[in-house]
Amino acid sequence: MTLLIVENLNKNFGGVVAARNVSFSLVAGEILAMIGPNGAGKSTSFNMVGGQLRPDSGRVLLAGQDITGLPPRAICRLGVGRSFQVAQTFLSMSVLENLQMALIAYAGRTRDMLARSSALFRDEALGLLNQVGMAEAAARPMGALAYGDVKRVELAIALSGAPRLLLMDEPTAGMAPAERAALMRLVADIARRAAIGVLFTEHDMDAVFAHADRILVLVRGEIIAAGTPEEVRANPEVQRVYLGTSGLRAALRARAAAHG
Amino acid sequence: MSVEFSFLLVQALSGLASASSLFIIASGLTLVFGVTRIVNFAHGSFYMLGAYVAVSIVPWLLQIERSPTLFFVGVLISACVVGVLGVVMEILLLRRIYKVPELFQLLATFGVVLMVQDAVLYFWGPLDIAGPRAPGLRHGVMILDQRFPAYELFLIAAGPVVLGLLWLLMHKTRFGILLRAATRDRDMVGALGVNQALLFTGTLFLGAFLAGLGGALQIPRVSASAQMDLSIITEAFVVTVIGGMGSIGGAFLAALLIGQLQAFGVLIFPKITLVLVFLLMALVLVVKPWGLLGRPESTAGHTALPEGIMQPRGFAAAEKLLLLLAVLAAASVPIFGDTYTIKVATEVLIFALAAFSLNFLVGNGGIVSFGHAAYFGLGAYASGLLVTKLGMPMEPALIAAPLAGGFFAALFGFFIVRLQGIYLAMLTLAFAQIAYAVCFQWVEVTGGDNGIVGVWPSTWAASRSAYHYIVLVAAMAGILALRHVIYAPFGASLRAARDSAQRAEAIGIDVRTHRWLGFTIAGAAAGLAGGLYAFSKGSIDPTLLGIPLSVDFLAMILLGGMQTVMGPVLGAAAFHSIKDIFMPLTDHWRFLLGASIIALVLIFPRGLGGAYAALRARFSGGAP
Amino acid sequence: MDSIFFGRRALLAGGAGLAAAAAGRGAAAQGAPIRIGELNSYSRMAAFCIPYRNAMQMAAEQINAAGGVMGGRRLEFIFRDDGATPGDAVRVAEELLTRENVSFIAGTFLSNVGLAVADFANQRKRLFFATEPLSDAITMAQGNRYTWRLRPSTFMQTRMLVEAARGRTQKRWAIVAPNYEYGQSAAANFKRLIGGAIPGAEIIAEQYPALGRVDAGATVGALAQARPDAIFNVLFGPDLTAFVREGNTRGLFERRFVLSLLTGEPEYMIPLGDETPEGWVVTGYPWEQVEGAEHRAFVEAYRARFNDTPRKGSLLGYVTVQVLANMLNRANSLDNEVLVDTLRDLRTETVVGNVTMRGIDQQGSMGTWVGETTQRNGQGTMRNARYADGADYMFPEEEVRAARRA
Ligand SMILES: Nc1ncnc2c1ncn2[C@@H]1O[C@H](COP(=O)(O)OP(=O)(O)OP(=O)(O)O)[C@@H](O)[C@H]1O
Ligand SMILES: [Mg+2]
Repeated sequence: MTLLIVENLNKNFGGVVAARNVSFSLVAGEILAMIGPNGAGKSTSFNMVGGQLRPDSGRVLLAGQDITGLPPRAICRLGVGRSFQVAQTFLSMSVLENLQMALIAYAGRTRDMLARSSALFRDEALGLLNQVGMAEAAARPMGALAYGDVKRVELAIALSGAPRLLLMDEPTAGMAPAERAALMRLVADIARRAAIGVLFTEHDMDAVFAHADRILVLVRGEIIAAGTPEEVRANPEVQRVYLGTSGLRAALRARAAAHG
Repeated sequence: MSVEFSFLLVQALSGLASASSLFIIASGLTLVFGVTRIVNFAHGSFYMLGAYVAVSIVPWLLQIERSPTLFFVGVLISACVVGVLGVVMEILLLRRIYKVPELFQLLATFGVVLMVQDAVLYFWGPLDIAGPRAPGLRHGVMILDQRFPAYELFLIAAGPVVLGLLWLLMHKTRFGILLRAATRDRDMVGALGVNQALLFTGTLFLGAFLAGLGGALQIPRVSASAQMDLSIITEAFVVTVIGGMGSIGGAFLAALLIGQLQAFGVLIFPKITLVLVFLLMALVLVVKPWGLLGRPESTAGHTALPEGIMQPRGFAAAEKLLLLLAVLAAASVPIFGDTYTIKVATEVLIFALAAFSLNFLVGNGGIVSFGHAAYFGLGAYASGLLVTKLGMPMEPALIAAPLAGGFFAALFGFFIVRLQGIYLAMLTLAFAQIAYAVCFQWVEVTGGDNGIVGVWPSTWAASRSAYHYIVLVAAMAGILALRHVIYAPFGASLRAARDSAQRAEAIGIDVRTHRWLGFTIAGAAAGLAGGLYAFSKGSIDPTLLGIPLSVDFLAMILLGGMQTVMGPVLGAAAFHSIKDIFMPLTDHWRFLLGASIIALVLIFPRGLGGAYAALRARFSGGAP
Repeated sequence: MDSIFFGRRALLAGGAGLAAAAAGRGAAAQGAPIRIGELNSYSRMAAFCIPYRNAMQMAAEQINAAGGVMGGRRLEFIFRDDGATPGDAVRVAEELLTRENVSFIAGTFLSNVGLAVADFANQRKRLFFATEPLSDAITMAQGNRYTWRLRPSTFMQTRMLVEAARGRTQKRWAIVAPNYEYGQSAAANFKRLIGGAIPGAEIIAEQYPALGRVDAGATVGALAQARPDAIFNVLFGPDLTAFVREGNTRGLFERRFVLSLLTGEPEYMIPLGDETPEGWVVTGYPWEQVEGAEHRAFVEAYRARFNDTPRKGSLLGYVTVQVLANMLNRANSLDNEVLVDTLRDLRTETVVGNVTMRGIDQQGSMGTWVGETTQRNGQGTMRNARYADGADYMFPEEEVRAARRA
């Protein structure tokens, strides 16, 4: 069944149209990429799905349930895990504690005033870190990690609630190309195995075309194309925007100049 | 009818004159905050210095010739002198602490306040000094059938003129454009390659100049007195917060609002003018969390290390021993010490609990409270009133103290935890002042500012030593319980919400409710401390809820080190000792207290606890 | 008592000390000194408290030079800042009693501090000689065996002023008072008493600005709007200066009768300078007009010693020491129970004449001066001043009994 249905989402910031009639859907186990130039409205769309932003109009359905305008914590409890464009982790804690915290939260034990938090969910936390290849760094303070590692831990945090849907806003930003491919393979692997739906954005087109089942192209808040990588590649509109796979920014600049 | 109208008009004009004066002062405060992000308590001291310098310079100038020109020349010179003092403070103090936690900077400026108070007494003497009136503006002007001071008409014009000049400065000069850029985005200035030190020095000059100008312009109306600083600083803060921190236009709007509120407030509520402004501030912040014209502080993408408790760790073996020794020492005070030592030890224990509860909020939860004494005081009042009014014995009255502290913390906290950063801190201050005003005004029940005496312990606990043991047990229980919570999932959740509210929400933590609960728990612990304090003093009075005590608590956690779990206990002991050593020594103990606060901030920018932690890390890390 | 001249010779220790000091060196005191703890708001209320302490030191020196008290023991004051809060003050009092081994304590300025220390003294069963706090509660509802007050209370000073208004015709009164206990209770006392002095008098407007934060323009405007015939003012310090300036400019005081508490005290009069209004009836201390050899000697000694004119605080400090010295000589013991009993109805000849510590409410009969304000050489001063002996203005005895029983 369809895991996520997004219908006609709109969002304006003052005069800026960040999303206009954004609609798409996603089935379990599918990996959907959303691409588009800077300021296209990708993060805005993610935030409307994740609950960080309330849409001006439109609906978001998760497994048939209307979650539009619910607070992030409620959406999280319904099985949506996410990462942020600027990674959000708990910088004062160790890597392991970050995971323990997430597991405590998913277990609904954050109001527990008796237990010692450092003793809870250790093994589960290590297991998750192992999954993303960060078990070695478990004891390190979060603030001391390289940004790519932070992103990896954030992925582990997002996975710790055994989500049905994973939202990843630029998961590989700050990583070396080899690392990127590895991370995306990992995500794809997890998604297939656990039948998790994944929605992600990337500026790295290699990652997008290598791993996405389908691709949405967002420009100035509007979806201008959607389909399999082949369809999107073949789309003349998209081709006009993307000369090659890595020329996104240059292409956009050219396009903007052409339109005056 | 015309009588009524002319009166209303003149009253509105009076309000405008106050608003103008207030704006000139507040504009400097908001500027300094906007650029340096320092909450400058010393701004009130600059205002006071402006008045003192003016009452010294202006009469001297007027002896040359009684001309309006020389009067205003004198006023401007005074403002410049104060501006230079601002530069001195920037270079000698602020420049060294831009990198330390924001609260430390606030504490350092509070140290300056204390020092300036005594310096003023030293240089100008204790007597109020009345300045000369402005030549040519002594008279009253008839407005319809009412007489209105010409000087106040001048003041009414002065505010908008200053606003206009500031606008020009901000938009037409390079310095001003940098100021605006820095206000909007601090990092950007560094990126632009601007000499940040010079920019900050210039800002401090401008800020202090405006404060000094505000003070100097007041000399025809009020005499220079050593209490001017604290009376203006709270009002100036209220104006900047209502207007939106960093917004000069907002400050102007807020000053107008407050001026009119006071002018007409005295007609309708002649007894509660003081609290009216805080009610207004609370109202504005509840409706507009960033003030009238303030911008939300961008928190997204904020990846700085949080200031506060990092990874709390358990006690090492040596520390357990140390703790045991400390408890033994506290327990043996009644055996070896005289009654005064017992009294001081009792107080240190009580303040340790209060400070610990504050750090539970500030250090662990990132919720900075400027009004923590409110819950301390309300706990004391609950106990005191039950004992004196209802004749209850001490035991149930002591149980009521944390309940009262917790209840009011829950009530106020409901609104407080909706805000962020400095606005949140200011709302805690507003609620504390409202609570203070109620205790102060509700004479029939609370005894007004005289308070209530006769709050003594039950007979079995009446001796100093017996009561000391009660406090020892209660304070230790409170501290250990709170400490336990810090290590528990709830405490970790508060830290998580402090580090990244967005992430905390995204893993399913209800950040607001958790903060609210945390605020309530801290309030309850402070309430318990207050109840214990009431019985140790035998009396309750509104100073227990006052700003000075709230600042004392902040000083304790900062001196102790707010990023350590047990630091506040150390801080309470250190702060109390400093006060205890200096107070009997000299009349100028406030100067010494201020100087030691500044010295501690400079020497131990992470507090005593932080210094200890660094030392420990050095030892364990450096050992072969 | 209508005259401000004191004809009597000083008889007792304090006066004798003065006389001896004036005559040259007397026999210096020997034996263990008698230590008295003095706590006051020297930092917060410096304008009043520092002249007060100066005079105390001077008085103690004079007495010691003349042979001390209790047959040759030196009088020694241990001064402490009370932090201007009850919490600090109670701790400081404890320190004085325990660490400094003082025989008893004296002082305090603010009423809430005074009341807290009084209760503490009662708890510890030690004498507390409350010198400055004005609150009626100290000797009335919250009075206790160990607490004695010297300075005329709010009630007494208000009563002196109201008596001075007797026979006036002004019926419509406005009150302006600082919004704290002193202001509130002065206003309450005034409301209670004014009807007796001026039948048919009514209060038509009241303003209670926050202490130290008067919004003078708004307050004066509100008072003027009520069109009173007369004003009862309780503002002092910076509030008073601001109020007077604003009122002068706006003509609030023109053709209006004003009664004003404490305004004639030099502490508050000096800052008024050439703005001092004409013809207000005030309580105060016109030190330069007070005759009597002892008082003049006190003024001269003070000026010579401190190169400054005496303030009301100075007078109070001096008289305090005179009364305490007399008490010690009479009691000839440091047992606080004996001291308290000695104070009961103790009469002392002081530089302001006879002062009796009335036993029933433990209130001293020290008075103050009532007169009209005027200007001389651009400085405020008083004219037609007369000494109002506190003994004539105390609370009626039945009232004291009722209040202190509760
Ligand atoms: N909170 C906000 N207030 C005002 N404008 C906003 C806000 N958030 C986003 N915008 C604007 O909305 C538009 C879409 O922004 P969004 O962050 O969604 O783009 P994006 O596609 O994620 O870009 P990028 O690739 O740079 O991350 C941009 O013009 C942005 O400036
Ligand atoms: Mg984005």
